[in-house]
Amino acid sequence: MVDGALTKAELAEKLYEELGFNKREAKELVESFFEEIRNSLEENEQVKLSGFGNFDLRDKKQRPGRNPKTGEEIPISARRVVTFRPGQKLKARVEAHAGTNK
Amino acid sequence: MQGKRGDDVTKSELIERIADHQEQLSVKDVEIAVKTILEYMSQVLASGERIEIRGFGSFSLHYRESRIGRNPKTGESVALAGKYVPHFKPGKEMRDRVNDSLHRGSVA
Repeated sequence: MVDGALTKAELAEKLYEELGFNKREAKELVESFFEEIRNSLEENEQVKLSGFGNFDLRDKKQRPGRNPKTGEEIPISARRVVTFRPGQKLKARVEAHAGTNK
Repeated sequence: MQGKRGDDVTKSELIERIADHQEQLSVKDVEIAVKTILEYMSQVLASGERIEIRGFGSFSLHYRESRIGRNPKTGESVALAGKYVPHFKPGKEMRDRVNDSLHRGSVA
């Protein structure tokens, strides 16, 4: 992780290097990992990955909104959103980092 | 108006679904791969780096300022140090697919 953020390409590289998957398998696996999480959420199923965190769904009612430029009132339609709740273990690891690096 | 949810998907359920949708790798292989992915993502976040998965979302750290908390049992004040917490922002494809499922009236 020398420059920039971690991407799917680097995750696939990790599977190739550490587990000896071939490059195509590694790439497909990383792809399907994220795709299956999305599929589940799309099927109205929340995803709970112990040690990492939960991908939860929230249904929001329609509420009044306003166009910030024109001041015109426009309702914000009802929607379903994904939220991520980090697990205790991940929170502790991230917090510990902040403690040692500041 | 929280619609009725389908069952929660756990890590082992997710592993089975991934294994079902491909032919080369055993469930065991998929399990090790999923654990490796999650461990690496945790490591990267713990080292202060971001994660960006196109179409899925990005993970980063948000800073929480130090504050005076209170022990709910004793009412005593406690100084809480500033800390970093993980934050996830869903990507556009994720937002759209999840939101569309509401309008489809998806039943799990």
